[in-house]
Amino acid sequence: MSGVNGVALAVLVVLFLIVTVMGFLASRWRRTESLDHLDEWGLGGRKFGTWVTWFLLGGDLYTAYTFVAVPAAMFATGAVAGFFAVPYTIVLYPIIFIFMARLWSVSHRHGYVTTADFVRARYDDRLLSLAIAITGFVATMPYIALQLVGIQAVLEVVGLGGGDSVIAKDLPLFIAFVLLAAYTYSSGLRAPAMIAFVKDGLIYLVILVAIIYLPSHVGGWSEVFGAAKEKMAATNPATGAPTGSFIPASGQMWAYATLGLGSALALFMYPHSVTAGLSSGSRNTIRRNAAILPAYSFVLGLLALLGWVAIAAGTKPLGLDGKPNAQLVVPQLFEDSFPSWFAGVAFAAIAIGALVPAAIMSIAAANTFTRNIYKEWLKKDATPAEEARVSKLASLVVKAFALVFVLTLDKQNAINFQLLGGIWILQTFPAIVFSLYTRWFHRWGLLAGWAVGMVYGTVKAYQVVNPLTGGHFGGSLAAIPGVGDLGYIALTAFVLNLLVTLVVTVALNAAKVSNGRDSTSPGDYYADAGDPRVRADLASTDDLTRGEPQA
Amino acid sequence: MGTLRIMTLGEDHHSSQGAPEVPVTDKGKLVAAGILLLIPIVALMWVPSYARETPRLFGFPFFFWYQFAWVFLCSAMTWTAYKLVLAARR
Repeated sequence: MSGVNGVALAVLVVLFLIVTVMGFLASRWRRTESLDHLDEWGLGGRKFGTWVTWFLLGGDLYTAYTFVAVPAAMFATGAVAGFFAVPYTIVLYPIIFIFMARLWSVSHRHGYVTTADFVRARYDDRLLSLAIAITGFVATMPYIALQLVGIQAVLEVVGLGGGDSVIAKDLPLFIAFVLLAAYTYSSGLRAPAMIAFVKDGLIYLVILVAIIYLPSHVGGWSEVFGAAKEKMAATNPATGAPTGSFIPASGQMWAYATLGLGSALALFMYPHSVTAGLSSGSRNTIRRNAAILPAYSFVLGLLALLGWVAIAAGTKPLGLDGKPNAQLVVPQLFEDSFPSWFAGVAFAAIAIGALVPAAIMSIAAANTFTRNIYKEWLKKDATPAEEARVSKLASLVVKAFALVFVLTLDKQNAINFQLLGGIWILQTFPAIVFSLYTRWFHRWGLLAGWAVGMVYGTVKAYQVVNPLTGGHFGGSLAAIPGVGDLGYIALTAFVLNLLVTLVVTVALNAAKVSNGRDSTSPGDYYADAGDPRVRADLASTDDLTRGEPQA
Repeated sequence: MGTLRIMTLGEDHHSSQGAPEVPVTDKGKLVAAGILLLIPIVALMWVPSYARETPRLFGFPFFFWYQFAWVFLCSAMTWTAYKLVLAARR
C-alpha cells in the first residue's frame, strides 16, 4: 500500500459528515423537552416498534465483529475461529425468544432499565445487583475495543496514520475514539437508532455488490473454497501445525459448538442488548423480531466467507508499519477490487457500522453504572439531571478503558476481544435468567457461582498464550476438564458457576437462610403494553415525548 | 392435548395491589413451541452431524450450505413458535 487513497478518503469523510449531522438532528427526532433525563438520553423514550427495534438490534449485533473480526479470523485460521459466528447468531434467537418477553414484562411493570435493577428487586440484594452491574460495565469494554479496531482498520487501509513516531502509529485509533466519544455524548440513544437505518442501507449495498461480484471475480465459490482448503492445510512455519481449519476436524467439534452456544447465551446479558430489547414497544415485539432477525445471520455468514474470498484473491493485508495484520483483510480486499469511490463507500459502511454499536454499547454500560453503582452506592438522592450527566461521563470512561484494551492486548486477533467479554458476561446468566422463572436459587448461591465463574474464566483466559507473540489473553479456548478437547472458556466457567450455585443453594436452603424479599409478583412476568402499570411506565416517558413537535 | 387448560397459582391473588393475573395458558401449545425452539439449537450444536465436505451445493461444501439452510429453518420454527405462544394465551 502506498500513501493515502484520496478518492476513497474523500468519500469516507463526506458520508461520515452526513451521518454526523443526522446524529445531531436525531436529538430532535420525536423530540422531548430535554435529554437531561436518563430515560430519554439512554432509552430513547422506550417506544420503538418492530422495525426500529429490528434496526436497533441489528446495529447491536452486526458490528465490526461481523465485517472485520470474523472475516479476519476466517482469513487467518479458518472455520473454527470464525464460522462459529453463524451457528451463534442462529441459535441466539430461540434463546432470547424464551426469556426476553418475561424480562420485558417485569421490567415495564416496575420500571427497570437494567438487569441489575431486576435482580435487585427480585432478591432485595444490593451485592448481587452490584456484581451484575460491574460485570456488565467491564465486559462491554473489550466489545467496544473491537469496534475501535474496526474503525482503525478502515483508516489504516485508506492510508491515515502510520509513520515512525509512537503517536502517529496509533493516530487512526485516536481519531476513531474522538469521533465516537463526541458523537455519543451529545445525542444519546436516538443518534444511533436513527443512523442505524443509513448504516444498514450502506452495509446491504456493499455486501450485495461484494457477494455478487467478488466470488466470480476470483473464479467462483469452488475456487474460493479450494484456495481456503489449501491455505488451511498448509503448515504454519511459526507453529509447525496446520495454518487453520477448513472444516472442524474430530478434535475441534467441542470448540466449534461451545464457541457458538457460549456466545449465544452471553449476548443478551450485555447491557446494550438488554437496552435494545427493553426499548421495544411491547412484549411481543421482541418475539416477532426473533423470527425475522436471522436474516442478519445469513448476511453474516456471507461476510465471514469474504475472509476466504480474500485468500483466493491473494489479498495481502499489510499494515502501515509493513507487517501483516489480518484485521485489515476486508478493507484491503475492497480497496484492491473496487474503484476508489466504491471502496470509500465500503469503508464508510464499515466505519459507521462500528460507530453505531459502539455508541449503543457505551450508552448502555453508562446507564448501568449510573443506576446500579452511582445511584445505589454513591449518591442516593441524585436528581434526574445529575443522573444524565453522570451517565454521559461514564460513557466516556467506558470508551477510555476500551482504548486501553486495544493498546495493551493483541489486536491481531480482535475477535478474541468479543470472546473475552463473553467469558465475563455469561457468568451473570444464572442470576438473571433463572431468576426470571424461579426464586429457588439462593441469592448468595448465585453470587458465589458468579464469583467462581469470573475468577476461573479470567485466570484461564490469562493463561492462554499466543504462540506467535507470547502475550497473555491470546485466545479464548482451553481444554475442557473431563473432555480433553479444547472448548470456549466461557462455557466451562458457566458450568462451574452452575455447580457452585447449586451446591450453595442446597446448603443455604437446607439451613433456611433468608433468600431476601421479592418485590415482583407472578403476574408481572406476563404483563403487556395494555396493562395499567405498564401503561404508566410507558406514559412517564410519553408525557415528555408529547411536547411541542419542533422541527 | 390442545384442549388442556391449566389454571396457575397466580390467578388466586391477582386482586392484591392490582397485580395482573397469570394468564390462562394452554400448556400443550407452550411445550410444542419449546420443542420447535429447541430443535435448531440441538441440530447446530451437534457439529459431527454436519462437519463434512460433501454433498456440495453451488460449490459450497456441505458444512457451509447446511448451516445457511438453518437460518431459514430456524426463522420458520421461531415464527411458528411465536404463533403457538400467542394462541396458547388466548
